[in-house]
Amino acid sequence: MCCVTVAIEVTGLRKSFGRTCALDGLDLSVASGEVHGFLGPNGSGKTTTIRVLLGLIRADAGTARLLGGDPWHEATTLHRRLAYVPGDVTLWPNLSGGEVIDLLGRLRGGLDEKRRAVLLERFELDPTKKSRAYSKGNRQKVALVAALASGAELLILDEPTSGLDPLMEAAFRDSVEEDRRNGRTVLLSSHILSEVEALCDRVTIIRAGRAVDTGDLASLRHLTRTAIDAELARPPEGLDRLPGVHDLDVVGTRVRCQVDGAALEEVLRRFIEAGVRSLVCQPPTLEQVFLQHYTDGDRPPGGAAGTASAVPE
Amino acid sequence: MTAVATRPKPFLPNGSTQLTGTRTLIRLAARRDRVILVIWLYALTASVASTAYSFRHLYPTSYERARFATGINGNASILAVYGPVYSHSVGGLTAWRIAVVAAVGAALMGIFTVIRHTRADEEAGRLELVGATVVGRQAALAAGLAVALGACLVLGLFIAAACAALGLPASGSLALGAAVALAGCVFSAVAAVSAQIAGTARAARAIAASVLGAAYLLRAVGDSASGLSWLTWASPLGWAERLRPFAGQRWWVAGLSVAVTAACAVVAGVLATRRDLGAGLLPDRPGPARASRWLRSPFALAWRLQRGSLLAWMIGFAVTGAVLGSAAKGIGSLVTSPQLRQVMIRLGGRAGLINAYFVAILGLLGVIAAAYGVAAVLRLRSEETEQRAEAVLATPVGRLRWAAGHLVIAAAGTAALLAVAGLSAGLAYGQRSGDVGSEVSRLLEAALVQVPAAWLVAALVLALVGLVPRLAVSVGWGALGVVTFLTLFGPVLQFSHWVLDVSPFTHVPKLPGGTFTVSPLLWLAGVALALTGLGLAGLRRRDLS
Repeated sequence: MCCVTVAIEVTGLRKSFGRTCALDGLDLSVASGEVHGFLGPNGSGKTTTIRVLLGLIRADAGTARLLGGDPWHEATTLHRRLAYVPGDVTLWPNLSGGEVIDLLGRLRGGLDEKRRAVLLERFELDPTKKSRAYSKGNRQKVALVAALASGAELLILDEPTSGLDPLMEAAFRDSVEEDRRNGRTVLLSSHILSEVEALCDRVTIIRAGRAVDTGDLASLRHLTRTAIDAELARPPEGLDRLPGVHDLDVVGTRVRCQVDGAALEEVLRRFIEAGVRSLVCQPPTLEQVFLQHYTDGDRPPGGAAGTASAVPE
Repeated sequence: MTAVATRPKPFLPNGSTQLTGTRTLIRLAARRDRVILVIWLYALTASVASTAYSFRHLYPTSYERARFATGINGNASILAVYGPVYSHSVGGLTAWRIAVVAAVGAALMGIFTVIRHTRADEEAGRLELVGATVVGRQAALAAGLAVALGACLVLGLFIAAACAALGLPASGSLALGAAVALAGCVFSAVAAVSAQIAGTARAARAIAASVLGAAYLLRAVGDSASGLSWLTWASPLGWAERLRPFAGQRWWVAGLSVAVTAACAVVAGVLATRRDLGAGLLPDRPGPARASRWLRSPFALAWRLQRGSLLAWMIGFAVTGAVLGSAAKGIGSLVTSPQLRQVMIRLGGRAGLINAYFVAILGLLGVIAAAYGVAAVLRLRSEETEQRAEAVLATPVGRLRWAAGHLVIAAAGTAALLAVAGLSAGLAYGQRSGDVGSEVSRLLEAALVQVPAAWLVAALVLALVGLVPRLAVSVGWGALGVVTFLTLFGPVLQFSHWVLDVSPFTHVPKLPGGTFTVSPLLWLAGVALALTGLGLAGLRRRDLS
């Protein structure tokens, strides 16, 4: 029923380790061919979900379907069709990076040689180094090259850029972009909002083992408000009447506010009319987003069930 | 390797030295080790105390003890394992029975402790975190060594106190404690050096353990073969005997241990200041850019990961077999007392004595081969906890196929080790006795009958890995410790059969010389197979960590 259109379908997933509850009724749905962001702060249950999807651990309750199969019972067959990059990559210390890439590729049933070479060059990775000599970022690159060169239809990436520098992050984005064009499905777990914004078609936000919001990026646009702190020459006019401006705080010539992406241009025009002395813009951190929108017991309307809350509050 | 001369002086605040921060690190190390060190101290002290207690009760009169001692000193197999009896007092017999064994135990405690706080921390990156604070370059080494030496000294005091409490002479008790403690100190310092040389904790432990093995072998040959007793003096474990607790203590021997400990500590300290954090003395060579054609299955990966250590074990077993095999020739020529001749005739003459020697040696090698099996099976667990299994299991490799790779190596490796030992012992002894062909086949058979018992121990550990993974490492090594204890002490301490039967090695046919029966081998292998099945079933069903 779902094999063509839905790559991952998780409903009501629960998992506890002793007394700690890692997953508390999680829902997650990833369509085939999309790049899906799986966004949440540290310890929210992202990795646990992925480990359930990989058949490494068994959920206590709920259902999980992966590429139309059962991730626990059909692990081996399903793994032919996916590639995985763990968040904390550990490698065999006495194998070289090149050996690990080849080994993992062969275990998956084959490696695209051309893509392997391209990726090694793009990530500037020296495959002859022993794994113990690699830095965290370089270990991550080894796992990334092995996964991206595999030709698998589903990529599961657990915070894949946490050790990469900005240049390499760009290389990673290019690679995922290519994969998207080739029709691959990607589940990208991250706690970095901007990364998810740049890459993903749809996003699921998870907190304390539960999905609190899911939808396409436009519908989650409220998460990407910019915080502005400006010192103007004259007091600004009409800011309070502009749509898309929130939490406005004007003290004399000092203006502080949160602005939706769509309203930025108009706000800046007003600023220039008033004359700008200094201007600080900040994208909200994920922590702020969570503080604002997802504090305990305060779930946004229509949150978890799959329809996004387009307008906050 | 780094150029020593050009290294700028590290920045340290006024009054700081290379040892700054040692005291804090000692507290950290002691905190981390508070459970494991207590277990070591308890186990070693208890084995000494129970030995002294048993000798007092089993051989209450001086006449009985004298007869026992004469029997020992003419029996090369016992001499090789434990060394000679210097005095037939209760203390003297206790020291004979336990000094070398407890010294090996203290040495292992020291090696593991030092490596845990130096190279293992360095490899895991924890030392980097510590090294970035106001901590001298030698502080971690000094702290690890201090905790290990401290533990050894406490052990020595415990042993001395336990012996004295059981009514043994005070000076002898102190000497026995010192003999054990000093052996621990020497090998702690050896481990401090190996931690500087090797790039990984595994290799560092292997180097230190090889030195320990060589020391044991040196004194085994020195004590059992005629005319080679000077070899015992070349071994730090030999010094534990030659300190002669309860037999007119020769305190100056302790000076040898102190000197070697100090020398090794200085060498380690110098090496520590001259190398980069995280680097060994041997530079990391680049590896191949592509994996070789055969590296394409979980089994190939397991082989790639384990082949180095298996090769090292093979060399160790081959050398041990050859040395102990060639030492067998001298056995029996020492026998002079008429009493002992009687014993010999009962045992079947000189041939009987030599057979008994090989039974003892090969039984011990069987237990050591089981230790290899345990280590090889526990690779599964460490691959799992260090998250490397995850990478393999996220590919179309099922858990059973993944586990099978390591298990095949554990099983085949254990058998291969014993085969190599039997082969080299047969070749060495046959060469000297003039009948290579029959000795090789005889000793090979005698070595191979140990295999099912060694498998059983390894299979038990697999069952633990599958069913109670958190306890697998501690209970697994604990089980091996029990088997070792029963093999070494069981017969002489006259435990009841119920206790001795716990060890699978009790059921192995006593070859060469004894009668070969196939049924115990079959049921040992059967139990091993059942435990393997249990472990694999558990591994398939449970969550991976």
